[in-house]
Amino acid sequence: MPTKIEPTTDTITIRLLHFAMNREMLGCAEERMTLPAGSAAADAWAQLVARAPKLAKGSRSQMVAINSRYATLDQPLQDGDELAFIPPVSGG
Amino acid sequence: MVHVKITEEVITAAALASRVRSDADGAIVSFEGVVRDNNAGKGVSYLEYEAYAEMAEREMAIIGSEAMREYGATNVAIVHRVGRMEIGEVSIAIAVAAPHRREAFAACAYTIDAVKERVPVWKKEQYADGGQWLGSQAEDKGNPALAVLSAEC
Repeated sequence: MPTKIEPTTDTITIRLLHFAMNREMLGCAEERMTLPAGSAAADAWAQLVARAPKLAKGSRSQMVAINSRYATLDQPLQDGDELAFIPPVSGG
Repeated sequence: MVHVKITEEVITAAALASRVRSDADGAIVSFEGVVRDNNAGKGVSYLEYEAYAEMAEREMAIIGSEAMREYGATNVAIVHRVGRMEIGEVSIAIAVAAPHRREAFAACAYTIDAVKERVPVWKKEQYADGGQWLGSQAEDKGNPALAVLSAEC
């Protein structure tokens, strides 16, 4: 289960954006999340899946964007980063 | 020149064609993606599009630059509409100018293919009996590492 972490110097707070099916499963388009310093996108995803287990089905198909750029799951997050998980795109 | 935009307004390729036109270019190829009334054998009532607008515009600008550098386009314009769209409305418009037709055709084809592959835009099909995000059935694409996470939860 996700544990609530209070902001300290050993933590970072990021802005999370949710789109499409992710947004519907999580019930919000945007939130802030506080994580231990050194956390990566994968850690944020684990928190989200713990909260909304239905997300797990789409785990393999998510891409990651940090500050509007495609990134990798293991890239360390910085305080103030904007993180988005990108479910399979279907534009055009 | 690359022009990109995510908008809620009605869009047309004709408006974009006038934007990319130049006296040095002999060819303009344009493309419109249109909302159709069916998909995979099912009747579609209308579509809802959603975008990560800031990132989508950034990715479209990169794609436009690639169309110029790799396919010889002179100017590229890409506009994607978001929100609710009815059958027959235009969801994406692209116009590409190049000195000659072969570059223009190739650059336009590259542009729409690349947009569909990696620009963060999503469409939800609405049927008489509900709706579904397209791509939600996709499997084994993207990050295999996340599968490990999902197994833990």
